[in-house]
Amino acid sequence: MKLRSYLATGAMIAFGAGAASAQSLVYCSEGSPEGFDAALYTSGTTFDASSQPMFNRLAQFIPGTTEVEPGLAESWEISEDGKTVTFKLREGVKFHSNDQFTPTRDFNADDVIFTFDRQGNPDNPYNKISGGSWEYYAGMSMPDLLESVEKVDDYTVKFHLTRPDAPFIANMAMDFASIQSKEYADAMLEAGTPEALNQKPIGTGPFTFQAYQKDAIIRYVRNDDYWGPQARVESLIFAITPDASVRYQKVKAGECHIMAYPNPADVQEMKDNADIVVMEQEGLNVGYMAYNTQMEPFDNPKVRKALNMAIDKQAIIDVVFQGSGQIAKNPIPPTMWGYNDAVEDDPHDPEASKKMLEEEGVENLKMKIWAMPVQRPYNPNARRMAELMQEDFSKVGVDVEIVSYEWGEYLERSSDVNRDGAVLLGWTGDNGDPDNFLAVLLGCDGVGASNRAQWCYEPFDELINEAKVLTDQDERAKLYEEAQVVFKEQAPWATIAHSVVYMPMRPEVENYVVHPLGTHIFNEVGLSD
Amino acid sequence: MLKYLASRLLTFIPTFIGVTLISFAFIRLLPGDPIIVMAGERGMSEERYAELSAQLGFDRPIYVQFWEYLTGVLQGDLGYSFVTRRPVWDEFFSLFPATLELSICAMIFAIALGLPAGVIAAVNRGKFFDRALMSTALVGYSMPIFWWALLLIIIFSGNLGWTPVSGRIDLIYYFSNPTGFMLIDAIKSGQDGALASALRHLLLPAIVLGTIPLAVIARQTRSAMLEVLGEDYIRTARAKGMSPARVNGIHALRNALIPVITVIGLSVGTLLAGAILTETIFSWPGIGKWMVDSIFRRDYPVVQGGLLLIAVMVMLVNLTVDLLYGVINPKIRKR
Repeated sequence: MKLRSYLATGAMIAFGAGAASAQSLVYCSEGSPEGFDAALYTSGTTFDASSQPMFNRLAQFIPGTTEVEPGLAESWEISEDGKTVTFKLREGVKFHSNDQFTPTRDFNADDVIFTFDRQGNPDNPYNKISGGSWEYYAGMSMPDLLESVEKVDDYTVKFHLTRPDAPFIANMAMDFASIQSKEYADAMLEAGTPEALNQKPIGTGPFTFQAYQKDAIIRYVRNDDYWGPQARVESLIFAITPDASVRYQKVKAGECHIMAYPNPADVQEMKDNADIVVMEQEGLNVGYMAYNTQMEPFDNPKVRKALNMAIDKQAIIDVVFQGSGQIAKNPIPPTMWGYNDAVEDDPHDPEASKKMLEEEGVENLKMKIWAMPVQRPYNPNARRMAELMQEDFSKVGVDVEIVSYEWGEYLERSSDVNRDGAVLLGWTGDNGDPDNFLAVLLGCDGVGASNRAQWCYEPFDELINEAKVLTDQDERAKLYEEAQVVFKEQAPWATIAHSVVYMPMRPEVENYVVHPLGTHIFNEVGLSD
Repeated sequence: MLKYLASRLLTFIPTFIGVTLISFAFIRLLPGDPIIVMAGERGMSEERYAELSAQLGFDRPIYVQFWEYLTGVLQGDLGYSFVTRRPVWDEFFSLFPATLELSICAMIFAIALGLPAGVIAAVNRGKFFDRALMSTALVGYSMPIFWWALLLIIIFSGNLGWTPVSGRIDLIYYFSNPTGFMLIDAIKSGQDGALASALRHLLLPAIVLGTIPLAVIARQTRSAMLEVLGEDYIRTARAKGMSPARVNGIHALRNALIPVITVIGLSVGTLLAGAILTETIFSWPGIGKWMVDSIFRRDYPVVQGGLLLIAVMVMLVNLTVDLLYGVINPKIRKR
């Protein structure tokens, strides 16, 4: 039986690799992937295990930055009206093979067309397979934006857009745009096992899939035919370990080389441990409190500004983030291009805040603060954060009631235009483009949905809409910098914090780079002897 | 005996229907819409919501959904997970062996220590050993599993390095066509050191999971033994000059076993509840963690299917316990 022999070979490889442990990199991950076809899912845990090690995209993020570079496309050209993007594809790129499939041709334009057609075209046989909820494709507005994808020749593809869209190239570097093999898809459809794309992935990436045992372990081996720089380790293993304390113990004991998401409380101890190296970087996220700017008295920017001045953000960083965060003054994080460092944060000044509220005729204000029931990277403990704010606000004579709902309810109700109260929430960037924060979270289109402040302010909206259609990044950055000034004046949110991401690892791990988009990438990581 | 078995099996039917209904209703009673949870902070448009809702079948009346679920269940189809899109049945049986292996080992640990401890405590009633044992049992029963597990990991894995921190076997071992029972797979593979590695990985989780049942069994054995030891026939046996070992071991213990077996049977439910925490801490790929994740994600098919299967398991264990009564006490099977 073919399967058996494949697995047996796999066993030998894994066994051999394990014996020479320097060749095998073990990563303690925080959870199981939902599947291996990244376009179907939205979680970072799934991307870490699927699109990152095994797939490539037309464009890709330069490790450690939010800038894009060519991937499976060698180059691209944007037409003058910004509505046509032509990708020149890389030649000689090989897809992986497995026991059911051996590719007969290299990667070409058909694969690109298939990748997007299955997500956008309801008649594509793969559109409904594996549940077919293409959340990121929909979330990044692809259905409205993408008019058609045209094959010019085997190595040239033209994307026709309905409007100019500057973040489009960055979107092509996102996980949902990972290129699938059309040949594999056709073969699996014919064999009656189309769900294989999601369970036994075939990509072009630096690692090939070997085995997965749910909630326990994922094994990958190096793809020796990889078109880019070869992976430095022979095999990559994800040891799925949901509890953070246990992950830490595993790194300490040498059972893992590297781990994700330590407990903030353990970080200092890890730094003091000579056997552990802790890398850190600001996460590409923001935690905020959004006022309902359509409700009195929060429709008055001065009231919002006054309340912002009452919040002791440093105390929040110390208590809620236990030091693993930094104060946010802008709605986008400092690692992102277009960040305006010249903006000054509102000072923490309860006296001035009180005075300002009095001037605006606000007395005996009672308000609600919504605290999320779950832990998120941008807010590890919303309840505690709300309590600290309650105390801060009581000092300026504002009476706060803290409310919370189950997470699904919370998301739904907080979007409501008539919502009563200010809501704690946050955002983690998808593609490193400021548009992904400013337009999604604060644009007029998001009112009643992702714009939790229900804030539609024309001068701001004009700036971000203009920036969206320009192609020159410097020009765009200027507009976004201006938009941040407007945001600060108008104060639809209290910007609270950007979290800091820590990656503890053994000293023998070489060349790991913390990626600002939050995914964990091991393509070029090595181990010293 | 056959008639007895048949009558027990008949009581299965209403319980089964009840469990199906409860498991279906339970997850739907929790607030939170799976589609909204899926979309996260991003939110989604109303059209998209309607589309997904139709795709998952939520747009139909609830009794239609239940009817389809019930007919599916009767045909052995538990539906597909919203998240992984794999059949619930496949997921359950790929994870269940791990839970079963862990539970059996935890139970062996609990019985092997709990039964003799209870007997010894009863025989030495009121003496130091009895008191020490019963206070230890109380501590064992009250200990939070999470804390206990982490404590053991930190001492035995972290500081002493005797046992691995988590997982089921060292990463160098990899089996083709696994049965899912790591001990069996390790033996079958014939690889050097595989069985030892699997056993070392099993040790701490089994101790942690077995702690509460151990305490319960020890206490129950002690009290059942005390009751029996006061009976006339024990006094008679002693008066006849029978050795204490024979009196305690055969006459007393056998009669004390009925309540103990009841407790062991009931412990299976507790064990599955404990397995949720134990599996999470030791990264043990079983059904406990799978269920918890699914509840958080509002993965309806997994929660309702998983609950149903677990309930059936518990029912089967109880049936076995009932049958065991018959073996131990012939009077019961004649009733």
